[in-house]
Amino acid sequence: MNAHTLTEAASVADETGTDSLVQIRGLYKQFNISGDFLDQLKFKGGKIVREQSFVHAINGVNLDIQQGEALCVVGESGCGKSTVARTVMGLITPTAGSISYRGKRIDDLDDKQLLPYRKKMQMIFQNPYASLNPRMTIAQTLEEPVRLHNPGWNAQQVRDKVHEVMFSVGIDPSWGERFAHEFSGGQRQRISIARALAVDPEFIVADEPISALDVSIQAQVLNLLMDAQEKRNLTYLFITHDLSVVEHFGTRVAVMYLGSLCELAPTKALFDRPRHPYTQALLSAIPRLEDDRPPHIKLQGEVPTPVNLPSGCVFHGRCPYANERCKREIPRLIATDDGGQVACHAVEEGRIN
Amino acid sequence: MALLEVRNLEVSFGLRSGAVKALRNINFTLDRGERLGLVGESGAGKSVLGFSILNLIAKPGRITGGEILFEGQNLARMSARELRTIRGNRISMIFQDPMMTLNPVLTIGQQMVECLLAHRKISRENAKTIAIQKLKQVQIPSPETRIDQYPHELSGGMRQRVVIAIGLLMDPDIIIADEPTTALDVTIQAEIMELMVELCERNNVALILITHDLGVVSQVTQKAIVMYAGRVIEQGPTREIINDAQHPYTQGLMNALPQMAIPGQRLNQIRGSMPTLQKIPTGCAFNPRCDYVMDVCKHQLPGYTRSGNCQVACHMVAEMKRDEVSSEEV
Ligand SMILES: Nc1ncnc2c1ncn2[C@@H]1O[C@H](COP(=O)(O)OP(=O)(O)OP(=O)(O)O)[C@@H](O)[C@H]1O
Ligand SMILES: Nc1ncnc2c1ncn2[C@@H]1O[C@H](COP(=O)(O)OP(=O)(O)O)[C@@H](O)[C@H]1O
Ligand code: SF4
Ligand code: SF4
Ligand SMILES: [Mg+2]
Ligand SMILES: [Mg+2]
Repeated sequence: MNAHTLTEAASVADETGTDSLVQIRGLYKQFNISGDFLDQLKFKGGKIVREQSFVHAINGVNLDIQQGEALCVVGESGCGKSTVARTVMGLITPTAGSISYRGKRIDDLDDKQLLPYRKKMQMIFQNPYASLNPRMTIAQTLEEPVRLHNPGWNAQQVRDKVHEVMFSVGIDPSWGERFAHEFSGGQRQRISIARALAVDPEFIVADEPISALDVSIQAQVLNLLMDAQEKRNLTYLFITHDLSVVEHFGTRVAVMYLGSLCELAPTKALFDRPRHPYTQALLSAIPRLEDDRPPHIKLQGEVPTPVNLPSGCVFHGRCPYANERCKREIPRLIATDDGGQVACHAVEEGRIN
Repeated sequence: MALLEVRNLEVSFGLRSGAVKALRNINFTLDRGERLGLVGESGAGKSVLGFSILNLIAKPGRITGGEILFEGQNLARMSARELRTIRGNRISMIFQDPMMTLNPVLTIGQQMVECLLAHRKISRENAKTIAIQKLKQVQIPSPETRIDQYPHELSGGMRQRVVIAIGLLMDPDIIIADEPTTALDVTIQAEIMELMVELCERNNVALILITHDLGVVSQVTQKAIVMYAGRVIEQGPTREIINDAQHPYTQGLMNALPQMAIPGQRLNQIRGSMPTLQKIPTGCAFNPRCDYVMDVCKHQLPGYTRSGNCQVACHMVAEMKRDEVSSEEV
C-alpha cells in the first residue's frame, strides 16, 4: 500500500472534519480470494510459488458523515458501497485506515467495547426477506435488541418501548404475534426499520433499503425514514443505486467507482453540475419521464475487476477525458467552488469546468 | 390485421382453496415493429400475461378463456408441437435473470448454434457465422473469442447482451422482455435499453416490455398498458399516459415517484397494497386504495371509457366523460 497517498488524502478530508459524527480516514479493504493454502501454490518457472489474489474493494476512502445529514452513497454494483457500510458498522475489519465515532476510534474495538456504539449505530439491509429471523414472532424480533441494550429494564418497560416504536412506524400491534413470512416486502422493511429504531439510535446505515420494493411501497418506506429523521434527529448513511431517490432524500452525495471516491457534493450542486466524468455519465443514464432529455453519455468498455485495479485513475479506461497523466497518477480529491470535492485531473487542469 | 391481437384473455390458477383468476378480460393489439410497455406493481399480473402470450403459463395456471391471435392463428388453442415452431422462433422471450436462458455448462457458441440448428436447415459452420454476427449486433467486443466462453466468464451486462443476441437469433417478429435490465446498473441499463430499441427498429421487431420503471417505459415504448389485480386499468399511447394519466391508480404510480415531490418533502405514497388473487375486492379492485372512491365503485366493475386515445376502467372517469358530452350537447 502506498503510504504517501494515504496521508495526502487524509489531509484533504481533515479540513471538513469539524462537525462530523463519523469520520472515515484512509480506508482500505482487501478481500483475500486465493482459496486455501494448497489452492495458492502454483508451479512457475521450475519453482513452486505461493500466489495470492485480492479483491481491492475499497482503496483509500476518506469521508465525513455530518451530524443530522442524509449522506447518500451511489455507484455501480461492486464498487464498494456495501463494504464501506459494513466497515463503518464494525461488521468487517478494515485492511488499513480508521473509523471514528464522535472523535473516538472504533474500528479496533472488540465486541464488548463496541456494544455501546452498536446501540447508537443501527443498520437496515436491502433484503427484508433475509434480515428477519423466520423463527421469531415480530414481537420477539423487536424486543430482542431492546433487552440487549437495556439490560436493567423489566418486561413491562421493554414492551412499552416496543409498542411505542411499532406505533411510530405504523405497525399494527396485532402483528406482534405473527411471523415475518406472513408479511409483504414493504411490511417486512417496516419491521426492520422498527427494530433499528427500537434502541433509540443516533446514526442509521441503510444499505439499499428500498431497492427490492415497488414504487408505491418505496414511497411509503422513504416517507417513514424521513419522518424518523425529523422526529429523532437521525443521521443517515444511505446506500442506493437509484439516483432519483438520492435527489429527493440526500443532503449530500458521495459517488464511488471501483473502491474510490470520485466526487462528493451537496445534492443540488451535484445534480446541477456534476464535475467528475463518471458522475456525468451516471446522471445522464437515469431513465427520465420527459421525452426531450439529452442523450446519455456512453462509456466505453466494461467496469474493470477490482482484482487487477487499473493504474492511476481507476476510471481511465472508460473516461472520454483520459490522458497520459490519468494512466500514471491517482487523482486527489480537490475542493470545488460549490462546496464539493472531486478527484479528477481534467477538473484540476481546467479541461472540465 | 394486427401482428398480435389478444381478445378477452382469461387465465386462472387452480389452487387448493379453489380456482382464482389471475388475468381477466385482457384486450390489446400489437402491430409489427411497435413497442408496448406493461406496467404495474408487483403481483399485478404482468409476468403471467407475458408467459400466457406464449401459452407458457405453468401449472396450476391455465388459459381459461379468450384468444391470442398471432397473424390470425390462435396460440391459446395450438398443440405443443405447433407452439414449438413459434416460441423462440417467431416470438422470443428475455428474462430478468440471464441464467434462466443460458445453460451454465455450455459455451455461448454451443447454445446459439444448437438453437439455430433446431429451427433451421443450415450447416454448423453457417450457424456459427450467424451467431457471431448476432453477437456483433449486440456490441459484444471480439465476438469471435467470446463465443467460446462460458456464461460465468462474462459480466452481468454482457450476459444480458448475449441473451438479447439469442432472442434475436431467429429474426423473431416479437420479443417479450420481462424486466430485462432490472438486475443491472443504471449506466448499463441505459445502454442495453438503447440497444434493444435500435435493434427492434432496424429489424422491424415488435417489443413487449414488462417493467415497473415508468422512466424506462417512457423512454422506450410507444404504447403502454397499466395493470392492476389482473386487469388492464388503462391503456393508450405512452406519452398520453405519462403526461396525463386518467386512472387514479396510474396517477398514484406517477405521483409516488421521487421526482414528483419537492426534494426533502414527503413522497405521495398510495396507501395500502396490491391485493392477493384470493382477496380481490369486489367492484373496482382499486377501491380500498382510491381517493376518489364512490359507492358504485364498491359493487360494480368499471367498464372501459375512452379518454383521448386511451381506454380507462374507472367510474369516475366515465362520469366525467358523460358530463363533458352532455355539456357539449347544450
Ligand atoms: N404459480 C402460481 N400459483 C398461484 N398464484 C400465482 C402463480 N404465479 C403467479 N401467481 C399470482 O398471480 C398474480 C400475478 O403475478 P405476476 O407474477 O404476473 O406479477 P407481476 O406483475 O409480474 O409482478 P412482479 O412485478 O413482482 O414481477 C400474483 O398475485 C401472483 O401471486
Ligand atoms: N466477503 C467478500 N469476499 C470477497 N470479495 C468480496 C467480499 N465482499 C465484497 N467483495 C467484493 O468487493 C467488491 C465491493 O463489493 P460491495 O461493497 O459489496 O459492492 P457494492 O455494495 O457497491 O455493490 C466487489 O468486487 C465484491 O465482489
Ligand atoms: S482523472 Fe483522468 S481518467 Fe480519471 S476521471 Fe479525470 S480525466 Fe478521467
Ligand atoms: S372506479 Fe372508483 S375506486 Fe376505482 S379507480 Fe375509479 S374512482 Fe377509484
Ligand atoms: Mg451492495
Ligand atoms: Mg414479474
